[in-house]
Amino acid sequence: MTAIVDIQDLKKTYEGGFEALKGVTLAIKEGEILALLGPNGAGKTTLISTICGITTSTAGSIHVGGFCVDKDFRGARSLIGLVPQEINLEPFETVWNTVQFSRGLFGKRRDDAYLEKILRQLSLWDKRKSRIMELSGGMKRRVLIAKALSHEPRVLFLDEPTAGVDVELRKDMWDTVAQLKADGVTIILTTHYIEEAEAIADRVGVINKGQLLLIEEKADLMKRLGQKQLRVELQDPIAALPDGLGDYDLTLSEDGASVVYTYDTKADRTGITKLLADLAGAGLSLRDLQTEQSSLEDIFVGLVKEGQS
Amino acid sequence: MNWTAIKAIYVFEMARFFRTLTQSFISPVISTSLYFVVFGAAIGSRIDQVDGISYGAFIVPGLIMLSIMTQGISNASFGIYFPKFIGTIYELLSAPVNFLEIVIGYVGAAATKSLFIGVVILATSWFFVDLTILHPFAMLAFMILTCTSFALFGFIIGIWAKNFEQLQLVPLLIVTPLVFLGGSFYSISMLPPFWQTVTLFNPVVYLISGFRWAFFGLADVPVGLSLLAIAGFSALCMLAVWWIFKTGWRIRS
Ligand SMILES: Nc1ncnc2c1ncn2[C@@H]1O[C@H](COP(=O)(O)OP(=O)(O)OP(=O)(O)O)[C@@H](O)[C@H]1O
Ligand SMILES: [Mg+2]
Repeated sequence: MTAIVDIQDLKKTYEGGFEALKGVTLAIKEGEILALLGPNGAGKTTLISTICGITTSTAGSIHVGGFCVDKDFRGARSLIGLVPQEINLEPFETVWNTVQFSRGLFGKRRDDAYLEKILRQLSLWDKRKSRIMELSGGMKRRVLIAKALSHEPRVLFLDEPTAGVDVELRKDMWDTVAQLKADGVTIILTTHYIEEAEAIADRVGVINKGQLLLIEEKADLMKRLGQKQLRVELQDPIAALPDGLGDYDLTLSEDGASVVYTYDTKADRTGITKLLADLAGAGLSLRDLQTEQSSLEDIFVGLVKEGQS
Repeated sequence: MNWTAIKAIYVFEMARFFRTLTQSFISPVISTSLYFVVFGAAIGSRIDQVDGISYGAFIVPGLIMLSIMTQGISNASFGIYFPKFIGTIYELLSAPVNFLEIVIGYVGAAATKSLFIGVVILATSWFFVDLTILHPFAMLAFMILTCTSFALFGFIIGIWAKNFEQLQLVPLLIVTPLVFLGGSFYSISMLPPFWQTVTLFNPVVYLISGFRWAFFGLADVPVGLSLLAIAGFSALCMLAVWWIFKTGWRIRS
């Protein structure tokens, strides 16, 4: 595994003494899409800003593409594209000049064909001669993306790219992100929307109060989420599970009054029919049945609550 | 040096200037004309000549200096304050550029604008008075140096300022008085001895004196001293800018 962004024990204390990052360690793999989830004020923007050079870190180290972001800032920053959370654009300039400026600022030679490709991809080509102030909010956000892409970054940070964006445009953006990934760009995006993380991320990180609470392959996470639990309450408590039920993923509750069966909802057969038959066959009489499913939302809320207590 | 980046900043900043070109052009023409009418006609009718030069011609270097100093400051301070204000500074901070490149881009553009205005004023003056420039290259050099160093100063103000009031404050409260009291419209030798000494503490005196020497070969202070003053001022500003970017003062939280 090659980490294109390598963060070691990163801490950030703002001037007022507020500790926004409390030692974050994170390795971002080349070519992946990482979604960072977290409530307001979790430190997502602070983390991104520190990587990109907008804020200084208090302790720890950050390397991008092997370059230290402080010492080799040129090497590191020329790999990075940033789409900020806030819409910060020069209102009186045209789309075209703004994008051209970004490319030049990053030291890339003028390439109008490339910029045209980006603007077309983001459906901004028709608006290239418009001044930024004449654009809608969603268009402005796409201009920000165009600016970040204008200098062909290897790592792209998208800080809440779909906040305040309508459903259709959100789908467009996901397509754009998928396209970028296909081109080999590493993408880190922050979002409040769990569906968004589910839809496009390879890995999901949960951050709260300046700490990374979880980072996991989305597939594993989804597998965990795809699992459901069936609780079978028994008429009479038992001391141990009867023999012959060893093939099932079963646990007996402490009081012996219920049996919990964990199964995969996405599998072809859940095995419930057979289990119930086998339970009856083992001489147990059933009183009630319940099923439970944990969603990413549950995990997320659980983690965040844990962090708060 | 990332020259592509410097060029990008310079071109982008100049675009702002070109958008308002007529405005940039007309206001110095009008204000210069007004100065000539007020100072030239009203005062000039009483003061015929200063050091053997007609009063109208005598005030030209001072007028140009007054404009390029205030313009240099306001262009540069606005140039860097505006991205801070609207938030586009994030891009500068995240770009692979060092402080020198940012400064060259912004200060270069601001200096170019004030140089343009200086030239416009000079051209306008020709309509009002007879001018012969004794040392044209020295004149140009002084003009460029002044534009650059005051743009540098303005750049610092733009970073320091936290709101629009502060942006106006330094030019209004410090620079304009210093320029007016710096011999723009009179020769230091016209003052009583005590005030002559006081005036020598005003750095602007040295700039105007040197500039006027380039026009007429007359100076209140030696030309070398004028050059030293402007070099010293630029160096001081450069040092301040270097420190600002090293510490991230008022730009990086
Ligand atoms: N410049 C600053 N000075 C002081 N504190 C700051 C500054 N910027 C952010 N903070 C604080 O740091 C914490 C983390 O902020 P950050 O912007 O990183 O959160 P976030 O996860 O991006 O939140 P959101 O989802 O709302 O964008 C917040 O408590 C915020 O108040
Ligand atoms: Mg944020």
